[in-house]
Amino acid sequence: MPVDIDIDHVARLARLALTDEEKDRLRVQLGLILEYAARVQEVAAEDVPPTAYAVPRSNVLRPDEPQPSLSHEDAIAGAPEVEADRFKVPRIVEQE
Amino acid sequence: MADLCDLPAHELTRRLRAGEVSASDIAESCLARVDAVDERVGAFLTVTADLAREQAMAVDERLRAGEDLGAVAGIPLALKDVLATQGVTSTCGSRILHNYVPPYDATPWRRLRKNGAVLVGKTNCDEFAMGSSTENSAFHPTHNPWNLDTVPGGSSGGSAAAVAAGEAVWALGTDTGGSVRQPASLCGVVGLKPTYGLVSRYGLIAFASSLDHVGTLTRSVRDAATLLSAIAGRDPRDATSVDQDPLDYTHGLDDGVDGLKIGVVDGTFSEGVQEGVRARIREAVARLAALGAEVGEVELEHSDYAFSAYYILSPGEASSNLARYDGVRYGHRADGASDVVEMMMRTRGEGFGDEVKRRIILGTYALSAGYYDAYYGQAQKVRTLVIRGYEKAFERFDVVLSPTSPTTAFRIGERVDDPVAMYLSDIFTIPADLAGVPSISVPCGLDDAGLPVGLQFTGRALDEVTVLRVARAFELDLGFEARPPLLASLT
Repeated sequence: MPVDIDIDHVARLARLALTDEEKDRLRVQLGLILEYAARVQEVAAEDVPPTAYAVPRSNVLRPDEPQPSLSHEDAIAGAPEVEADRFKVPRIVEQE
Repeated sequence: MADLCDLPAHELTRRLRAGEVSASDIAESCLARVDAVDERVGAFLTVTADLAREQAMAVDERLRAGEDLGAVAGIPLALKDVLATQGVTSTCGSRILHNYVPPYDATPWRRLRKNGAVLVGKTNCDEFAMGSSTENSAFHPTHNPWNLDTVPGGSSGGSAAAVAAGEAVWALGTDTGGSVRQPASLCGVVGLKPTYGLVSRYGLIAFASSLDHVGTLTRSVRDAATLLSAIAGRDPRDATSVDQDPLDYTHGLDDGVDGLKIGVVDGTFSEGVQEGVRARIREAVARLAALGAEVGEVELEHSDYAFSAYYILSPGEASSNLARYDGVRYGHRADGASDVVEMMMRTRGEGFGDEVKRRIILGTYALSAGYYDAYYGQAQKVRTLVIRGYEKAFERFDVVLSPTSPTTAFRIGERVDDPVAMYLSDIFTIPADLAGVPSISVPCGLDDAGLPVGLQFTGRALDEVTVLRVARAFELDLGFEARPPLLASLT
Protein backbone atom coordinates (compact mmCIF):
# COMPACT_ATOMS: atom_id res chain seq x y z
CA MET A 1 0.00 0.00 0.00
CA PRO A 2 1.42 3.42 -0.93
CA VAL A 3 2.62 5.38 2.09
CA ASP A 4 0.89 8.69 2.78
CA ILE A 5 3.28 11.54 3.61
CA ASP A 6 2.51 14.94 5.14
CA ILE A 7 4.52 16.84 2.53
CA ASP A 8 3.98 20.30 4.04
CA HIS A 9 5.38 19.22 7.39
CA VAL A 10 8.38 17.43 5.86
CA ALA A 11 9.13 20.32 3.47
CA ARG A 12 9.13 22.71 6.42
CA LEU A 13 11.57 20.43 8.31
CA ALA A 14 13.80 20.35 5.21
CA ARG A 15 13.56 24.14 4.70
CA LEU A 16 12.45 23.54 1.14
CA ALA A 17 9.87 25.72 -0.63
CA LEU A 18 7.74 23.59 -2.98
CA THR A 19 5.03 24.62 -5.42
CA ASP A 20 1.60 22.98 -5.16
CA GLU A 21 2.31 21.11 -8.37
CA GLU A 22 5.60 19.78 -6.93
CA LYS A 23 3.85 18.70 -3.74
CA ASP A 24 1.20 16.76 -5.65
CA ARG A 25 3.80 15.00 -7.76
CA LEU A 26 6.06 14.20 -4.81
CA ARG A 27 3.17 12.82 -2.77
CA VAL A 28 2.48 10.23 -5.47
CA GLN A 29 6.12 9.42 -6.34
CA LEU A 30 7.33 9.17 -2.76
CA GLY A 31 4.42 6.91 -1.88
CA LEU A 32 5.60 4.49 -4.57
CA ILE A 33 9.29 4.75 -3.65
CA LEU A 34 8.52 4.20 0.03
CA GLU A 35 6.53 1.11 -0.84
CA TYR A 36 9.80 -0.34 -2.16
CA ALA A 37 11.94 1.09 0.63
CA ALA A 38 9.60 -0.21 3.34
CA ARG A 39 10.53 -3.76 2.31
CA VAL A 40 13.45 -3.48 4.73
CA GLN A 41 10.80 -4.00 7.43
CA GLU A 42 10.16 -7.53 6.13
CA VAL A 43 13.62 -8.63 7.25
CA ALA A 44 13.76 -10.14 10.72
CA ALA A 45 16.73 -8.31 12.15
CA GLU A 46 15.93 -7.70 15.81
CA ASP A 47 19.23 -9.08 17.09
CA VAL A 48 21.30 -7.73 14.19
CA PRO A 49 23.51 -4.75 15.02
CA PRO A 50 23.20 -1.72 12.72
CA THR A 51 26.09 -0.76 10.42
CA ALA A 52 26.79 2.94 10.03
CA TYR A 53 29.99 2.57 7.97
CA ALA A 54 31.14 -0.48 6.05
CA VAL A 55 34.72 -0.04 7.21
CA PRO A 56 34.30 0.90 10.86
CA ARG A 57 36.67 3.41 12.42
CA SER A 58 36.23 5.37 15.59
CA ASN A 59 38.03 8.12 17.48
CA VAL A 60 40.24 8.99 14.54
CA LEU A 61 42.55 11.71 15.81
CA ARG A 62 45.49 13.60 14.43
CA PRO A 63 48.29 15.29 16.38
CA ASP A 64 47.06 18.60 17.77
CA GLU A 65 49.44 20.81 15.84
CA PRO A 66 48.50 24.23 14.48
CA GLN A 67 48.39 24.34 10.69
CA PRO A 68 47.54 27.05 8.19
CA SER A 69 43.82 27.20 7.50
CA LEU A 70 41.54 28.91 5.03
CA SER A 71 42.06 32.69 5.01
CA HIS A 72 39.18 34.94 6.01
CA GLU A 73 39.22 36.42 2.52
CA ASP A 74 38.93 33.01 0.82
CA ALA A 75 36.23 31.88 3.23
CA ILE A 76 33.87 34.72 2.35
CA ALA A 77 34.85 35.04 -1.33
CA GLY A 78 31.85 33.01 -2.54
CA ALA A 79 29.23 34.50 -0.22
CA PRO A 80 26.07 35.91 -1.83
CA GLU A 81 26.21 38.94 0.45
CA VAL A 82 28.97 40.30 2.67
CA GLU A 83 29.17 43.28 4.98
CA ALA A 84 32.17 44.34 7.03
CA ASP A 85 33.96 41.08 6.14
CA ARG A 86 31.08 39.00 7.46
CA PHE A 87 28.31 36.88 5.91
CA LYS A 88 25.20 39.01 5.67
CA VAL A 89 21.74 37.42 6.05
CA PRO A 90 18.18 38.75 6.30
CA ARG A 91 16.94 39.53 9.81
CA ILE A 92 16.83 36.55 12.16
CA VAL A 93 15.68 38.09 15.46
CA GLU A 94 12.40 40.01 15.73
CA GLN A 95 12.85 43.69 16.57
CA GLU A 96 11.04 45.00 19.68
CA MET B 1 46.25 5.55 -36.94
CA ALA B 2 44.77 6.44 -33.59
CA ASP B 3 45.16 9.97 -32.28
CA LEU B 4 47.25 10.45 -29.14
CA CYS B 5 44.07 11.02 -27.12
CA ASP B 6 42.92 7.49 -28.00
CA LEU B 7 46.00 5.74 -26.63
CA PRO B 8 46.22 4.11 -23.19
CA ALA B 9 48.00 6.10 -20.50
CA HIS B 10 50.88 3.62 -20.16
CA GLU B 11 51.65 3.93 -23.88
CA LEU B 12 51.59 7.74 -23.65
CA THR B 13 53.92 7.60 -20.64
CA ARG B 14 56.33 5.39 -22.60
CA ARG B 15 56.36 7.83 -25.52
CA LEU B 16 56.80 10.81 -23.19
CA ARG B 17 59.79 9.20 -21.49
CA ALA B 18 61.31 8.23 -24.84
CA GLY B 19 60.95 11.83 -26.00
CA GLU B 20 58.74 10.77 -28.92
CA VAL B 21 55.92 13.14 -27.93
CA SER B 22 55.53 16.08 -25.56
CA ALA B 23 52.85 16.54 -22.90
CA SER B 24 51.74 19.55 -24.92
CA ASP B 25 51.16 17.35 -28.00
CA ILE B 26 49.00 15.01 -25.90
CA ALA B 27 47.03 17.87 -24.34
CA GLU B 28 46.40 19.43 -27.76
CA SER B 29 45.16 16.07 -29.05
CA CYS B 30 42.55 15.86 -26.26
CA LEU B 31 41.53 19.50 -26.64
CA ALA B 32 41.11 19.02 -30.40
CA ARG B 33 38.88 16.01 -29.69
CA VAL B 34 36.81 18.09 -27.27
CA ASP B 35 36.40 20.71 -30.02
CA ALA B 36 35.42 18.03 -32.52
CA VAL B 37 32.83 16.13 -30.49
CA ASP B 38 31.73 17.83 -27.29
CA GLU B 39 29.04 19.93 -28.91
CA ARG B 40 27.35 16.60 -29.66
CA VAL B 41 28.42 14.60 -26.59
CA GLY B 42 28.15 17.30 -23.91
CA ALA B 43 30.53 15.55 -21.52
CA PHE B 44 31.92 18.74 -20.01
CA LEU B 45 30.49 21.54 -17.91
CA THR B 46 33.82 23.43 -17.91
CA VAL B 47 36.74 22.90 -20.29
CA THR B 48 39.98 24.14 -18.73
CA ALA B 49 41.96 24.51 -21.96
CA ASP B 50 44.29 27.25 -20.71
CA LEU B 51 45.05 25.38 -17.51
CA ALA B 52 45.65 22.14 -19.45
CA ARG B 53 48.15 23.87 -21.76
CA GLU B 54 49.91 25.49 -18.80
CA GLN B 55 50.13 22.18 -16.91
CA ALA B 56 51.36 20.31 -20.00
CA MET B 57 54.09 22.89 -20.58
CA ALA B 58 55.17 22.57 -16.96
CA VAL B 59 55.46 18.79 -17.40
CA ASP B 60 57.52 19.25 -20.56
CA GLU B 61 59.87 21.59 -18.68
CA ARG B 62 60.28 19.12 -15.83
CA LEU B 63 61.01 16.34 -18.32
CA ARG B 64 63.58 18.52 -20.10
CA ALA B 65 65.20 19.19 -16.74
CA GLY B 66 65.64 15.43 -16.38
CA GLU B 67 63.05 14.87 -13.64
CA ASP B 68 61.75 11.33 -13.34
CA LEU B 69 58.00 11.87 -13.34
CA GLY B 70 55.37 9.31 -12.35
CA ALA B 71 52.73 7.52 -14.36
CA VAL B 72 50.13 10.31 -14.32
CA ALA B 73 52.42 13.11 -15.52
CA GLY B 74 51.30 14.67 -18.77
CA ILE B 75 48.20 12.47 -19.03
CA PRO B 76 44.99 14.44 -19.70
CA LEU B 77 42.39 13.88 -17.01
CA ALA B 78 38.75 14.83 -16.56
CA LEU B 79 37.15 15.30 -13.15
CA LYS B 80 33.51 14.89 -12.25
CA ASP B 81 32.16 18.25 -11.19
CA VAL B 82 31.46 17.07 -7.62
CA LEU B 83 35.22 17.14 -6.90
CA ALA B 84 36.50 20.49 -5.63
CA THR B 85 39.11 22.18 -7.81
CA GLN B 86 40.75 25.31 -6.47
CA GLY B 87 40.03 28.27 -8.73
CA VAL B 88 37.87 26.21 -11.13
CA THR B 89 34.07 26.33 -10.87
CA SER B 90 32.64 23.18 -9.25
CA THR B 91 28.88 23.02 -9.65
CA CYS B 92 27.88 19.44 -8.80
CA GLY B 93 25.58 19.80 -11.81
CA SER B 94 23.36 22.05 -9.68
CA ARG B 95 21.95 25.54 -10.09
CA ILE B 96 22.51 26.10 -6.38
CA LEU B 97 26.31 25.94 -6.95
CA HIS B 98 26.38 27.40 -10.48
CA ASN B 99 28.92 30.03 -9.42
CA TYR B 100 30.86 28.11 -6.75
CA VAL B 101 34.65 28.36 -7.04
CA PRO B 102 36.24 26.22 -4.31
CA PRO B 103 39.11 27.70 -2.30
CA TYR B 104 40.82 24.27 -2.07
CA ASP B 105 41.49 21.06 -4.02
CA ALA B 106 39.96 17.65 -3.36
CA THR B 107 42.72 15.32 -2.12
CA PRO B 108 42.68 12.92 -5.12
CA TRP B 109 43.05 15.89 -7.48
CA ARG B 110 45.73 17.50 -5.29
CA ARG B 111 47.75 14.26 -5.48
CA LEU B 112 47.37 14.00 -9.24
CA ARG B 113 48.10 17.68 -9.82
CA LYS B 114 51.34 17.50 -7.82
CA ASN B 115 52.39 14.57 -9.97
CA GLY B 116 51.89 16.41 -13.23
CA ALA B 117 48.36 15.45 -14.26
CA VAL B 118 46.81 17.71 -16.91
CA LEU B 119 43.20 18.80 -16.30
CA VAL B 120 41.04 18.91 -19.44
CA GLY B 121 37.93 19.95 -17.55
CA LYS B 122 35.06 19.25 -15.20
CA THR B 123 32.47 16.77 -16.34
CA ASN B 124 28.71 16.76 -16.33
CA CYS B 125 26.79 14.63 -13.83
CA ASP B 126 23.40 14.15 -12.29
CA GLU B 127 22.80 16.94 -9.77
CA PHE B 128 24.77 16.12 -6.61
CA ALA B 129 25.45 12.69 -8.15
CA MET B 130 21.80 11.66 -7.73
CA GLY B 131 20.74 9.73 -10.80
CA SER B 132 21.62 7.04 -13.30
CA SER B 133 21.47 8.88 -16.62
CA THR B 134 23.09 12.35 -16.20
CA GLU B 135 19.70 13.75 -17.22
CA ASN B 136 19.37 15.32 -13.76
CA SER B 137 22.13 17.83 -14.53
CA ALA B 138 20.77 21.36 -14.18
CA PHE B 139 22.78 22.41 -17.25
CA HIS B 140 22.39 19.95 -20.13
CA PRO B 141 22.16 16.22 -20.76
CA THR B 142 25.20 14.20 -21.87
CA HIS B 143 24.88 11.95 -24.91
CA ASN B 144 26.33 8.46 -25.08
CA PRO B 145 29.12 8.45 -27.71
CA TRP B 146 27.96 5.00 -28.88
CA ASN B 147 24.52 6.34 -29.80
CA LEU B 148 23.82 10.02 -29.27
CA ASP B 149 20.11 9.39 -28.68
CA THR B 150 20.87 7.36 -25.57
CA VAL B 151 22.06 8.28 -22.08
CA PRO B 152 25.66 7.69 -20.95
CA GLY B 153 24.43 6.37 -17.61
CA GLY B 154 25.11 8.22 -14.40
CA SER B 155 25.74 9.87 -12.28
CA SER B 156 29.35 10.07 -13.59
CA GLY B 157 28.02 10.11 -17.18
CA GLY B 158 30.18 13.03 -18.31
CA SER B 159 33.38 11.34 -17.11
CA ALA B 160 32.46 8.03 -18.77
CA ALA B 161 31.45 9.70 -22.06
CA ALA B 162 34.61 11.86 -22.11
CA VAL B 163 36.84 8.80 -21.72
CA ALA B 164 34.86 6.78 -24.29
CA ALA B 165 35.10 9.62 -26.82
CA GLY B 166 38.82 10.30 -26.26
CA GLU B 167 38.16 13.76 -24.80
CA ALA B 168 40.26 12.67 -21.83
CA VAL B 169 42.57 9.68 -21.42
CA TRP B 170 41.06 8.90 -18.05
CA ALA B 171 38.76 10.45 -15.46
CA LEU B 172 37.64 10.39 -11.87
CA GLY B 173 34.03 9.85 -10.94
CA THR B 174 32.15 9.00 -7.77
CA ASP B 175 30.12 5.93 -6.87
CA THR B 176 27.44 5.99 -4.16
CA GLY B 177 25.04 3.43 -5.65
CA GLY B 178 26.86 2.55 -8.88
CA SER B 179 27.64 5.96 -10.35
CA VAL B 180 31.09 4.98 -11.65
CA ARG B 181 30.37 1.40 -12.76
CA GLN B 182 26.96 1.86 -14.40
CA PRO B 183 28.07 4.70 -16.75
CA ALA B 184 31.29 2.78 -17.46
CA SER B 185 29.11 -0.16 -18.51
CA LEU B 186 26.85 1.96 -20.73
CA CYS B 187 29.81 3.77 -22.36
CA GLY B 188 32.05 0.72 -22.93
CA VAL B 189 34.86 1.76 -20.58
CA VAL B 190 36.36 0.40 -17.35
CA GLY B 191 34.93 1.74 -14.08
CA LEU B 192 36.53 0.92 -10.74
CA LYS B 193 34.97 1.58 -7.35
CA PRO B 194 37.64 0.83 -4.74
CA THR B 195 37.07 -0.24 -1.14
CA TYR B 196 35.30 2.34 1.02
CA GLY B 197 37.91 4.67 2.51
CA LEU B 198 40.79 3.63 0.23
CA VAL B 199 40.60 6.94 -1.63
CA SER B 200 40.14 10.11 0.38
CA ARG B 201 36.85 11.99 -0.02
CA TYR B 202 38.25 15.29 1.22
CA GLY B 203 36.92 17.81 -1.29
CA LEU B 204 34.33 15.41 -2.67
CA ILE B 205 31.15 17.41 -2.22
CA ALA B 206 29.10 15.01 -0.12
CA PHE B 207 25.95 13.15 -1.18
CA ALA B 208 25.70 10.18 1.23
CA SER B 209 28.79 10.05 3.40
CA SER B 210 28.63 6.41 4.46
CA LEU B 211 28.33 5.35 0.80
CA ASP B 212 30.33 7.88 -1.26
CA HIS B 213 33.44 6.54 -3.00
CA VAL B 214 35.84 8.16 -5.47
CA GLY B 215 36.51 5.86 -8.45
CA THR B 216 38.22 5.76 -11.82
CA LEU B 217 37.03 5.68 -15.45
CA THR B 218 39.63 4.42 -17.91
CA ARG B 219 39.86 2.58 -21.22
CA SER B 220 41.80 -0.35 -19.79
CA VAL B 221 42.17 -2.26 -16.53
CA ARG B 222 45.90 -1.45 -16.52
CA ASP B 223 45.09 2.26 -16.57
CA ALA B 224 42.60 1.78 -13.74
CA ALA B 225 45.34 0.15 -11.64
CA THR B 226 47.76 2.98 -12.46
CA LEU B 227 45.31 5.75 -11.66
CA LEU B 228 44.18 4.06 -8.43
CA SER B 229 47.80 3.76 -7.31
CA ALA B 230 48.16 7.53 -7.72
CA ILE B 231 45.13 8.52 -5.64
CA ALA B 232 44.82 5.82 -2.94
CA GLY B 233 46.07 6.11 0.60
CA ARG B 234 45.49 7.60 4.02
CA ASP B 235 44.52 11.24 4.26
CA PRO B 236 44.42 12.95 7.66
CA ARG B 237 41.69 15.21 6.24
CA ASP B 238 39.27 12.31 5.78
CA ALA B 239 38.59 10.51 9.06
CA THR B 240 37.10 7.55 7.18
CA SER B 241 40.19 6.94 5.07
CA VAL B 242 41.82 3.59 5.82
CA ASP B 243 45.35 2.99 7.05
CA GLN B 244 46.80 1.26 4.06
CA ASP B 245 50.34 1.62 2.82
CA PRO B 246 50.54 2.91 -0.75
CA LEU B 247 50.51 -0.01 -3.20
CA ASP B 248 51.38 -0.31 -6.85
CA TYR B 249 48.19 -1.93 -8.12
CA THR B 250 49.79 -2.80 -11.47
CA HIS B 251 51.87 -5.49 -9.71
CA GLY B 252 50.46 -8.95 -10.29
CA LEU B 253 47.98 -7.61 -12.81
CA ASP B 254 48.90 -10.21 -15.41
CA ASP B 255 48.85 -13.24 -13.12
CA GLY B 256 45.71 -14.62 -14.77
CA VAL B 257 42.71 -16.42 -13.28
CA ASP B 258 43.97 -20.01 -13.30
CA GLY B 259 42.75 -21.63 -10.08
CA LEU B 260 40.78 -18.60 -8.88
CA LYS B 261 37.23 -19.22 -7.73
CA ILE B 262 34.58 -17.02 -9.33
CA GLY B 263 30.95 -17.03 -8.18
CA VAL B 264 28.17 -16.07 -10.59
CA VAL B 265 25.65 -14.04 -8.58
CA ASP B 266 22.13 -15.40 -8.35
CA GLY B 267 19.90 -13.22 -10.53
CA THR B 268 22.50 -12.66 -13.25
CA PHE B 269 20.33 -14.44 -15.81
CA SER B 270 16.95 -13.39 -14.40
CA GLU B 271 14.13 -11.96 -16.48
CA GLY B 272 14.85 -8.39 -15.42
CA VAL B 273 18.15 -8.58 -17.30
CA GLN B 274 18.00 -7.78 -21.03
CA GLU B 275 18.55 -10.79 -23.30
CA GLY B 276 21.48 -9.05 -25.03
CA VAL B 277 23.17 -8.53 -21.67
CA ARG B 278 22.54 -12.12 -20.55
CA ALA B 279 24.05 -13.46 -23.80
CA ARG B 280 27.31 -11.54 -23.35
CA ILE B 281 27.58 -12.49 -19.67
CA ARG B 282 27.02 -16.17 -20.54
CA GLU B 283 29.92 -15.97 -23.01
CA ALA B 284 32.07 -14.22 -20.41
CA VAL B 285 31.46 -16.99 -17.88
CA ALA B 286 32.52 -19.59 -20.48
CA ARG B 287 35.63 -17.57 -21.28
CA LEU B 288 36.67 -17.38 -17.62
CA ALA B 289 36.17 -21.12 -17.19
CA ALA B 290 38.28 -21.74 -20.30
CA LEU B 291 41.01 -19.57 -18.77
CA GLY B 292 41.18 -21.93 -15.80
CA ALA B 293 38.92 -20.23 -13.25
CA GLU B 294 36.67 -22.43 -11.13
CA VAL B 295 33.23 -20.99 -11.78
CA GLY B 296 30.21 -21.71 -9.58
CA GLU B 297 26.90 -20.16 -8.59
CA VAL B 298 26.50 -18.06 -5.49
CA GLU B 299 23.63 -16.41 -3.66
CA LEU B 300 24.42 -13.03 -2.11
CA GLU B 301 22.16 -13.33 0.91
CA HIS B 302 19.89 -10.34 1.58
CA SER B 303 21.16 -8.52 -1.50
CA ASP B 304 17.55 -8.41 -2.71
CA TYR B 305 16.91 -6.00 0.17
CA ALA B 306 19.97 -3.86 -0.60
CA PHE B 307 18.01 -1.71 -3.04
CA SER B 308 15.37 -0.90 -0.41
CA ALA B 309 17.96 -0.16 2.26
CA TYR B 310 19.85 2.09 -0.14
CA TYR B 311 16.77 4.20 -0.85
CA ILE B 312 16.45 4.93 2.85
CA LEU B 313 20.11 5.38 3.81
CA SER B 314 21.25 7.51 0.88
CA PRO B 315 18.36 10.02 0.89
CA GLY B 316 18.61 10.21 4.68
CA GLU B 317 22.26 11.13 4.54
CA ALA B 318 21.68 13.41 1.55
CA SER B 319 18.97 15.36 3.37
CA SER B 320 21.46 16.06 6.13
CA ASN B 321 24.48 16.79 3.88
CA LEU B 322 22.53 19.12 1.62
CA ALA B 323 21.29 21.20 4.56
CA ARG B 324 24.46 23.28 4.08
CA TYR B 325 23.06 24.90 0.92
CA ASP B 326 21.23 27.68 2.69
CA GLY B 327 22.24 30.72 0.63
CA VAL B 328 24.53 32.08 3.34
CA ARG B 329 28.16 31.15 2.62
CA TYR B 330 28.28 30.24 -1.07
CA GLY B 331 26.16 29.51 -4.10
CA HIS B 332 22.75 30.78 -5.09
CA ARG B 333 20.57 32.97 -2.85
CA ALA B 334 16.92 33.86 -3.58
CA ASP B 335 16.16 37.58 -3.76
CA GLY B 336 13.65 39.55 -1.76
CA ALA B 337 12.99 37.31 1.25
CA SER B 338 11.96 39.19 4.39
CA ASP B 339 13.42 36.79 6.94
CA VAL B 340 16.14 34.21 7.06
CA VAL B 341 13.94 31.10 7.03
CA GLU B 342 12.01 32.31 4.00
CA MET B 343 15.34 33.11 2.30
CA MET B 344 16.61 29.57 2.92
CA MET B 345 13.38 27.89 1.81
CA ARG B 346 13.17 29.88 -1.41
CA THR B 347 16.91 29.55 -2.12
CA ARG B 348 16.63 25.79 -1.90
CA GLY B 349 13.32 25.67 -3.80
CA GLU B 350 14.88 27.63 -6.68
CA GLY B 351 18.33 26.04 -6.52
CA PHE B 352 17.58 22.31 -6.42
CA GLY B 353 16.14 20.22 -9.25
CA ASP B 354 13.37 17.60 -9.07
CA GLU B 355 15.47 14.56 -8.17
CA VAL B 356 17.34 16.34 -5.38
CA LYS B 357 14.06 17.65 -3.94
CA ARG B 358 12.62 14.14 -4.13
CA ARG B 359 15.52 12.70 -2.13
CA ILE B 360 15.65 15.53 0.40
CA ILE B 361 11.95 15.07 1.18
CA LEU B 362 12.29 11.26 1.23
CA GLY B 363 15.34 11.42 3.51
CA THR B 364 13.86 14.02 5.82
CA TYR B 365 10.74 11.90 6.17
CA ALA B 366 12.72 8.70 6.88
CA LEU B 367 14.74 10.46 9.57
CA SER B 368 11.86 12.37 11.14
CA ALA B 369 10.47 11.70 14.62
CA GLY B 370 8.44 8.49 14.76
CA TYR B 371 9.85 6.98 11.56
CA TYR B 372 13.58 6.69 12.27
CA ASP B 373 13.55 3.17 13.75
CA ALA B 374 11.24 1.73 11.12
CA TYR B 375 13.23 3.13 8.23
CA TYR B 376 16.80 4.33 8.85
CA GLY B 377 17.51 2.06 11.84
CA GLN B 378 16.11 -0.98 10.09
CA ALA B 379 18.01 -0.15 6.86
CA GLN B 380 21.27 -0.05 8.83
CA LYS B 381 20.53 -3.54 10.14
CA VAL B 382 19.81 -4.78 6.64
CA ARG B 383 23.15 -3.29 5.66
CA THR B 384 24.83 -5.53 8.24
CA LEU B 385 23.10 -8.53 6.68
CA VAL B 386 24.22 -7.51 3.17
CA ILE B 387 27.82 -7.36 4.44
CA ARG B 388 27.43 -10.82 6.00
CA GLY B 389 26.07 -12.08 2.68
CA TYR B 390 29.28 -11.01 0.97
CA GLU B 391 31.42 -12.49 3.75
CA LYS B 392 29.68 -15.81 3.28
CA ALA B 393 30.14 -15.68 -0.51
CA PHE B 394 33.83 -14.89 -0.11
CA GLU B 395 34.32 -17.96 2.06
CA ARG B 396 33.83 -19.95 -1.14
CA PHE B 397 34.84 -17.55 -3.90
CA ASP B 398 37.66 -15.05 -4.57
CA VAL B 399 35.41 -12.74 -6.57
CA VAL B 400 31.76 -12.69 -7.59
CA LEU B 401 30.46 -11.78 -11.02
CA SER B 402 27.23 -10.23 -12.34
CA PRO B 403 26.08 -7.80 -15.02
CA THR B 404 26.94 -4.22 -14.08
CA SER B 405 23.62 -2.92 -15.35
CA PRO B 406 20.52 -4.97 -16.25
CA THR B 407 20.27 -3.06 -19.54
CA THR B 408 22.45 -1.33 -22.09
CA ALA B 409 22.09 2.42 -22.67
CA PHE B 410 18.45 3.53 -22.75
CA ARG B 411 16.99 6.43 -24.72
CA ILE B 412 17.20 9.96 -23.38
CA GLY B 413 13.89 10.83 -21.73
CA GLU B 414 12.71 7.23 -21.44
CA ARG B 415 12.83 6.95 -17.65
CA VAL B 416 12.72 10.56 -16.41
CA ASP B 417 9.12 10.36 -15.22
CA ASP B 418 9.49 6.97 -13.58
CA PRO B 419 11.89 7.27 -10.62
CA VAL B 420 11.59 3.60 -9.60
CA ALA B 421 12.49 2.35 -13.12
CA MET B 422 15.46 4.72 -13.10
CA TYR B 423 16.55 3.56 -9.62
CA LEU B 424 16.44 -0.09 -10.75
CA SER B 425 19.36 0.67 -13.15
CA ASP B 426 21.57 0.25 -10.08
CA ILE B 427 20.18 -3.03 -8.78
CA PHE B 428 23.48 -4.91 -9.34
CA THR B 429 25.80 -2.10 -8.23
CA ILE B 430 24.18 -0.96 -4.98
CA PRO B 431 25.15 -3.96 -2.77
CA ALA B 432 28.91 -3.29 -3.15
CA ASP B 433 28.41 0.32 -2.03
CA LEU B 434 26.51 -0.79 1.06
CA ALA B 435 29.25 -3.32 1.88
CA GLY B 436 32.12 -1.02 0.88
CA VAL B 437 33.83 -3.79 -1.12
CA PRO B 438 35.83 -3.17 -4.32
CA SER B 439 34.00 -3.62 -7.60
CA ILE B 440 34.85 -3.07 -11.24
CA SER B 441 32.94 -2.92 -14.52
CA VAL B 442 34.73 -4.04 -17.68
CA PRO B 443 33.46 -4.03 -21.27
CA CYS B 444 31.97 -7.38 -22.22
CA GLY B 445 31.10 -6.84 -25.89
CA LEU B 446 28.15 -5.23 -27.65
CA ASP B 447 24.46 -6.13 -27.80
CA ASP B 448 22.51 -6.47 -31.08
CA ALA B 449 21.97 -2.71 -31.17
CA GLY B 450 25.73 -2.12 -31.02
CA LEU B 451 25.63 -0.82 -27.44
CA PRO B 452 28.23 -1.86 -24.84
CA VAL B 453 27.52 -4.45 -22.15
CA GLY B 454 29.41 -4.29 -18.83
CA LEU B 455 30.59 -7.20 -16.68
CA GLN B 456 31.06 -6.58 -12.96
CA PHE B 457 33.56 -8.28 -10.65
CA THR B 458 33.37 -7.68 -6.90
CA GLY B 459 35.94 -8.81 -4.32
CA ARG B 460 36.84 -8.77 -0.64
CA ALA B 461 37.45 -5.48 1.16
CA LEU B 462 40.91 -4.10 0.27
CA ASP B 463 41.51 -6.90 -2.22
CA GLU B 464 41.64 -4.60 -5.25
CA VAL B 465 44.59 -6.67 -6.46
CA THR B 466 42.46 -9.76 -7.15
CA VAL B 467 39.56 -7.79 -8.61
CA LEU B 468 41.91 -6.00 -11.02
CA ARG B 469 43.72 -9.21 -11.88
CA VAL B 470 40.52 -11.04 -12.86
CA ALA B 471 39.25 -8.03 -14.81
CA ARG B 472 42.60 -7.78 -16.62
CA ALA B 473 42.61 -11.47 -17.56
CA PHE B 474 39.09 -11.16 -18.95
CA GLU B 475 39.89 -7.94 -20.83
CA LEU B 476 42.97 -9.49 -22.46
CA ASP B 477 41.13 -12.61 -23.49
CA LEU B 478 38.12 -10.73 -24.91
CA GLY B 479 40.26 -8.17 -26.74
CA PHE B 480 37.45 -5.60 -26.90
CA GLU B 481 38.66 -3.19 -29.59
CA ALA B 482 35.40 -1.59 -30.71
CA ARG B 483 35.18 2.20 -30.46
CA PRO B 484 32.12 4.47 -30.61
CA PRO B 485 30.95 4.94 -34.24
CA LEU B 486 31.10 8.70 -33.60
CA LEU B 487 34.90 8.49 -33.71
CA ALA B 488 35.00 6.73 -37.09
CA SER B 489 33.34 9.77 -38.66
CA LEU B 490 36.21 12.02 -37.52
CA THR B 491 38.88 10.70 -39.84
